Amino acid sequence: MEWEAVIGLEIHAQLATKSKIFSGASTAFGAEPNTQACAVDLALPGTLPVFNAEALRMAVLFGLAIDAEIGYTSVFDRKNYFYPDLPKGYQTSQLFHPIVGIGHVDIELEDGTTKRVGVTRAHLEEDAGKSLHEEFPSMTGIDLNRAGTPLLEIVSEPDMRSAEEAVAYVKKIHSIVTNLGICDGNMSEGSFRCDCNVSVRYKGEEKFGNRTETKNINSFRFIEKAIKGEIERQIDLLEDGGTITQETRLYDANKDETRSMRSKEEANDYRYFPCPDLLPIVIDDEYVEKLRSTLPELPDARKARFIEQYQLSEYDAMVLSAYRDLSHYFETTANIADDAKLAANWVMGELSKHLNQNDTDITASPVTAEMLGGLLLRIKDNTITGKIAKQVFEAMWAGEGSADEVIEAKGLKQVTDTGAIEAMVDEVIAANQPQVDQYVSAEPDKRGKMIGFFMGKVMQASQGKANPGQVQGLLKQKLDALANS
Amino acid sequence: MLEKTLAGLAQGLAAGEFSSVELTQSYLDRIKAEDGALNSFITVTEEQALSQAQAADQRRAAGEAGPFTGLPIAHKDIFCTEGVRTSCGSRMLDNFISPYNATVIENFNRAGAVSLGKTNMDEFAMGSSNESSFYGPARNPWNTECVPGGSSGGSAAAIAGGLVPGATGTDTGGSIRQPAALCGITGLKPTYGRVSRYGMIAYASSLDQGGPMARTAEDNAIMLNVMAGFDPKDSTSIDKAVPDYTLTLNDSLKGLKIGLPKEYFSDEIDPQITAQVQAAIKEFEALGATVKEVSLPNSHLAIPAYYIIAPAEASSNLSRFDGVRYGYRCNDPVDLEDMYKRSRGEGFGEEVKRRIMVGTYALSEGFYDAYYKKALQIRRLIQQDFVNVLAEVDIIMGPTTPHPAFKLGEKTSDPVAMYMEDIFTISLNLAGMPGMSIPCGFANGLPVGLQLIGNYFAEERLLNAAHQFQQATDWHRQTPAR
Repeated sequence: MEWEAVIGLEIHAQLATKSKIFSGASTAFGAEPNTQACAVDLALPGTLPVFNAEALRMAVLFGLAIDAEIGYTSVFDRKNYFYPDLPKGYQTSQLFHPIVGIGHVDIELEDGTTKRVGVTRAHLEEDAGKSLHEEFPSMTGIDLNRAGTPLLEIVSEPDMRSAEEAVAYVKKIHSIVTNLGICDGNMSEGSFRCDCNVSVRYKGEEKFGNRTETKNINSFRFIEKAIKGEIERQIDLLEDGGTITQETRLYDANKDETRSMRSKEEANDYRYFPCPDLLPIVIDDEYVEKLRSTLPELPDARKARFIEQYQLSEYDAMVLSAYRDLSHYFETTANIADDAKLAANWVMGELSKHLNQNDTDITASPVTAEMLGGLLLRIKDNTITGKIAKQVFEAMWAGEGSADEVIEAKGLKQVTDTGAIEAMVDEVIAANQPQVDQYVSAEPDKRGKMIGFFMGKVMQASQGKANPGQVQGLLKQKLDALANS
Repeated sequence: MLEKTLAGLAQGLAAGEFSSVELTQSYLDRIKAEDGALNSFITVTEEQALSQAQAADQRRAAGEAGPFTGLPIAHKDIFCTEGVRTSCGSRMLDNFISPYNATVIENFNRAGAVSLGKTNMDEFAMGSSNESSFYGPARNPWNTECVPGGSSGGSAAAIAGGLVPGATGTDTGGSIRQPAALCGITGLKPTYGRVSRYGMIAYASSLDQGGPMARTAEDNAIMLNVMAGFDPKDSTSIDKAVPDYTLTLNDSLKGLKIGLPKEYFSDEIDPQITAQVQAAIKEFEALGATVKEVSLPNSHLAIPAYYIIAPAEASSNLSRFDGVRYGYRCNDPVDLEDMYKRSRGEGFGEEVKRRIMVGTYALSEGFYDAYYKKALQIRRLIQQDFVNVLAEVDIIMGPTTPHPAFKLGEKTSDPVAMYMEDIFTISLNLAGMPGMSIPCGFANGLPVGLQLIGNYFAEERLLNAAHQFQQATDWHRQTPAR
């Protein structure tokens, strides 16, 4: 019998509001502990929450982007539990009437097909503070800067069947919230994190197995590893005759394994009830339609447009449409170069490689879209070869100026002067008599491959600057003349 | 001058008969001399009071005095006051110096009021006798063996005892009206949302409402003028213009329709109270009002519903008192759970713990529908009762309490008997409407309170009716022997 995994995800996306969801304190990341926590965030006696309407706008935008039901009346509830970094002793959340109801997203699978994943709901809530254990031996420090940061908790249906599908879903949600500008998507700072619910069952069975929930994973790679590991652990356990305990688990990235945090028996009774300090949020069609008109182009629509407008491949279109800044960069480059395929190759190749290696965001790239477009123009008009272009790109990345400036300063202009190329060709033929003999004695249909050797030598001699087309033509002409003579 | 009402003192200040500093010093002296017997203050802020009085006198000299400038009052110790201990009557907050002002405090400061200090109260406003205070009970000036009522017992006792001309209170189930009745003063619980709750330490958020307490309806009007108003910091406060409540005090009561709920005149009420209340209603008839019997058929459900909703909210509201950031923390906790358990176990008193446990139980998985949800349904029925009756009459009248002040210790071992003292006041908090208690006679030498209930935002009408009654009677002028 074959096993099947069932995966559902809860994603916490911090909304990019300037101030907190129920207070005026700043939400900026990285400040000194407790400098961005006001009386309300500290839960001083007598303080009261006031809802930040900007969080509402962002949540509704998300609902519209995933074609979801919008909660025209949504209500904040209190989720009661004690924890030192939860100042009020309850988290203000939305259980019974969330702002966003049932919706869906489409994910692209490796075999090129797409799959629809249901979104059960998305609700607004406040983030907790942070407990700092390492800085204080035998004590715990509490930093409440994060307390009250608005979160959108996005809950999926248990529609995913593999770690790869789960990651594709998380990436899709990530690209939607960042495209909408409602979340900065920064996973290492915790702005976007994921709880994974995993169970396994025999394929074909309808009943779900007992599930575990692995909390707060904050990278795409860790999500994939944690889910894969958890699926394996559950299958091994069941095949050994064991049972799965419904529990909360923690992913340890260092050991690449999940371990138990608490079982269902130890789970809290959160005693949810409507928060009496906040009124229900009531919105109308006018509000929703006004927001709908501000929806930016979303990744799925952009992907379709890229295929149509630029004749990109399915894969290239998916990668280049996922993020607003990347898409913008690509389109700017493609328009300057007037060559979408070339631009796509360079953006996904050389540029992405440099961004990754230097851990740089595309908006901070030292090579701007305009600069890259300028470089591509020089490839297209044969001023430089593709190989030289990589050298020019390096120099631009290092801040040495535009493509033209670098080409000029380094003298990288392609040699197209037939006389100069012919001289180099003659020199190479004269200096490599054994290879010329081989060429001459070879069957005519084998000769094509052998030209590569001479090409390499000539390009080397020209320091890559000789026009490869011209070199190839001249070599063939001269070698064939020798062979036929 | 200490026998004057706030209105009288305002005239005296305006006429230059005395300064705010003189007035303030006189009250401070009297508190020092006499509060030992009453225990109505938790904290007396002598220094701040005198500097506020000085500032008020300067403001007056500069010609910038408003109607409240220089008037001394006190605040229930539930209102956060910057730089001053705000204990809420609890050991939990005995060490809490508030770093900010409640909106009500801010409003009085802006008006130039002088705060003499913070008054005693039942712990976290949970109680009807002031006996649950960590600082010991305040006592009733009419008989110091009796309770002053609660939870705003300190404010009521201080006013009745002549230690302060007016004070703030809060009312979640009768905590302004019941002590006002038991101490023979006038108190008003405004419409829910009329006075900001920001900085008022929460007991039951959907029921809590701050309001004025003083000797007369006129003084209540003067205080409410300062207290009432929309506050963007309180999402449940209502954005509605505030009238000048003193302008309608002298309107005629001709044609005023009074409703007497038959449920408020049962045999279980002290007959002397019923007699005094009936005599008072005769007085209103003499002033031109008409009277008819009405019914609030769900009244008997008010106490059970209240004792689900209020403790449920309280159990959550009081979770923040965990020993982590401020307030009481136990000595040498061995771990987090020990810190929580002992800080809360030692920091809270009996009644508070009882209500936290009741509320926690009522919200628990599997019980929510049977208790909390049911109580909310009853709440809507009770509210509808009032809406129906107030469509027919202008003011509902009845006794504020079923009994006059009882002896200290008499009901402490029987919480339900204590809860029953709020039987006539509690339903109004569930409905959210305004109510007043005014003195209307005596039973065995102890004051009796008449309750007036009006529709949403009918504070003007209530104050007008109470003022007209007080123009025709002198129950509110009676003071206990000093």
